[in-house]
Amino acid sequence: MVRTPRVRRAASPFHLLHGQRTQAAALLVSVLCAGPALAASPLERVRAQGELRWAGDLQGGEPFVFRDPRDPAKLLGFEVELAEALARRLGVRAAFVQNDWHNLVPSLVRGDFDVALNGLEALPGMDEQVLLTRPYLEFREALVVRRGATLRTLASLRGARVGTLSGSLAHLLLRAAGCEVVLYEGQEEPYRDLAAGRVEAVLLDELIAGRYGLNQPALELADGDVARGSYVMAVRRGEDQLRDALDRALAEVQASGELGAIYRRWKIDPAPPPKLAGAAEPLPDPSTYAKATFDAEQVWLFLRGAGVTLLVSLLAMALAAPLGLLLALARLYGNRPLRAVALAYVELWRGTPVLLQLYLLYYGLAPLVHLGALPAAVLGLGMNYGAYEAEVHRAALSSVPVGQTEAAAALGLSRWQMLRLVLLPQSLRTALPAMANDLIALLKDSSLVSVITVVELTKQMTITAVDVRGWALPGAVCAALYFTMSWPLGRLAARLEEKLATGGGR
Amino acid sequence: MSAPVGNDSVTGAPEALRVTGLFKSHGERAVLQGIDAAVRHGETIALVGPSGGGKSTFLRCLNGLHPFDRGEVTVAGQRLLPGTPADHPSLGPLRARVGMVFQGFHLFPHLTALENVCLGPVHVRGEAAGAVEERARALLARVGLAGRETARPQQLSGGQQQRVAIARALAMQPEVLLLDEPTSALDPQLRGEVLGVLRDLAQEGKTTLLVVTHEMPFAKAVATRVWVFDEGRLVEDGPPAEVCVHPRSERARAFFKATQ
Repeated sequence: MVRTPRVRRAASPFHLLHGQRTQAAALLVSVLCAGPALAASPLERVRAQGELRWAGDLQGGEPFVFRDPRDPAKLLGFEVELAEALARRLGVRAAFVQNDWHNLVPSLVRGDFDVALNGLEALPGMDEQVLLTRPYLEFREALVVRRGATLRTLASLRGARVGTLSGSLAHLLLRAAGCEVVLYEGQEEPYRDLAAGRVEAVLLDELIAGRYGLNQPALELADGDVARGSYVMAVRRGEDQLRDALDRALAEVQASGELGAIYRRWKIDPAPPPKLAGAAEPLPDPSTYAKATFDAEQVWLFLRGAGVTLLVSLLAMALAAPLGLLLALARLYGNRPLRAVALAYVELWRGTPVLLQLYLLYYGLAPLVHLGALPAAVLGLGMNYGAYEAEVHRAALSSVPVGQTEAAAALGLSRWQMLRLVLLPQSLRTALPAMANDLIALLKDSSLVSVITVVELTKQMTITAVDVRGWALPGAVCAALYFTMSWPLGRLAARLEEKLATGGGR
Repeated sequence: MSAPVGNDSVTGAPEALRVTGLFKSHGERAVLQGIDAAVRHGETIALVGPSGGGKSTFLRCLNGLHPFDRGEVTVAGQRLLPGTPADHPSLGPLRARVGMVFQGFHLFPHLTALENVCLGPVHVRGEAAGAVEERARALLARVGLAGRETARPQQLSGGQQQRVAIARALAMQPEVLLLDEPTSALDPQLRGEVLGVLRDLAQEGKTTLLVVTHEMPFAKAVATRVWVFDEGRLVEDGPPAEVCVHPRSERARAFFKATQ
């Protein structure tokens, strides 16, 4: 599975901490085991370590794999039970390894665990990177709309905004259908946006649709069988022996009725094998979404992503700079309540993650304020950077010698004139290099806005990496574009600083 | 060296400054302990005395840069109330009539010499930019800086900067000009050019000057009266010939002995 491995974890921020901790533990385990692991055959290795290390992402939640809310030490989910059944047949225990879902394949390849078992969809081209087992679950893709919506088929939604998870089968289907795809990092947010009217439909597999979409009264199923997909397990290439052992174990678990019992317990209704014709819309021709090449069209998409990055960054800075100045003025010259408000703003916005702020602004406030993704991105980043610019302006204003204030006062300038004619012209020049530096930082922080569905440069890179099944070239192009944008800013900052140091003219 | 401005030009002139019972303290320490003084229009007062005697603080009380605790101050017809903060809007009219020149010049570094001089008249007095610029050029010429109008402060020597600062203050056409050690930050060879400008100004007699200074020859030659400050008190007040040669107080005698 090649869902976009992401540099920064985007989904629900509340999962960040513990996911990272478990990941770190997994990394440590893999480092310690790397030596002996290479020596023996894969199956011997698994038997020697006494456990089948299988990886998933707890963020995927019910019904896949999640923590028992009553006993957080315990894991629940149909994949937990499947992994245990398979491990038993291999004569070992099942040991869960937490891994970011988007990064399951790269982590597998680098040797962090034995098998990825977490709702991996069999997609064209995946077998170039890893070995896939036979499917353990066939599922339907479910199209969910707002109750009473008129656009109810994939065909009718051509050109409309439809949400899904990045790198999924549904993502490929939507692109083949000509929809405007809106990508999410978690499975709950697309349905939230659908209810809020930000997208016209959501296409995801029925397991997710049933649990996160159709439980909302405002939403309903438009088409429960848009296409069929299957979940498979993945092992490293060259470990055919382990793959075959897992396939045999899976066949036994299936034949014994154990798998059926697991699905019944978790109220999962595996899709029957597709009928020969007409039952479901056939999958679009795989060639339309099979491995793409890094061609002119991809370059154009990258340039567009860079444009969005630049636009979001510049607009956010255009908001942050005056906001920061107002906050600094309030802190330095305001009355007591104004000073307190400005101080509270700076501390609050600086003291919480910008990711969380974006999340709250876009999803949290959705019932109250209906912001589009791009305005929310600009507002979120701008308000966050405003707190930093406030400190830049405050420091710059404080650095103007007190003699300047005295000379201005002695001339009879009013407070406002003093600020406008004497203090700000000097402090702004002091602040400019720092502001240029912050703009460079903002340029890169703007990649965070992909959590609220804005496709900027980094997001485009991860999407393309999926399409071309490779990281090196998209990563290099992405880096080059960021550098192209930030380098002139860096030069500008350096020049401003030089000018400041030599006390040159305006 | 010309004689101090004659008494007859001062006689009957309206009062430029009256201070009664001026008292100011920093916490426990009394900085000014009841100053009484009056200055007629056109006079030049040299404020001298040992460091920490209160002369600079006194000067800064006169245009509201330092608030004071008690007493009455009237400068250029403007009444100043105790406890007025330095940035209080009510100080506007007073500051438009009372100029100040600082030891550290405090020119605005982002403006040219000409712009420094024009700033006050245009923005505080609301005068037309054209007329102000003409006057500013004349003032710069008068302090010997014709041709340096477009120079920025950092391109000028200390003495030149201080002369621009004097022109900046004069552009407001003040009735009273306060000068706080205007030559102390300058090299000895640059002091002369600034003192020369002040001497001309004093002789012209149109502006009342209060100069805090350590330049005793200048004080003796130019001032109509010399005030000696010591420990927050005005201990001597009289014509330079009298005060400098025959000081009445022990403290003043010690001070003049030390400065010789």
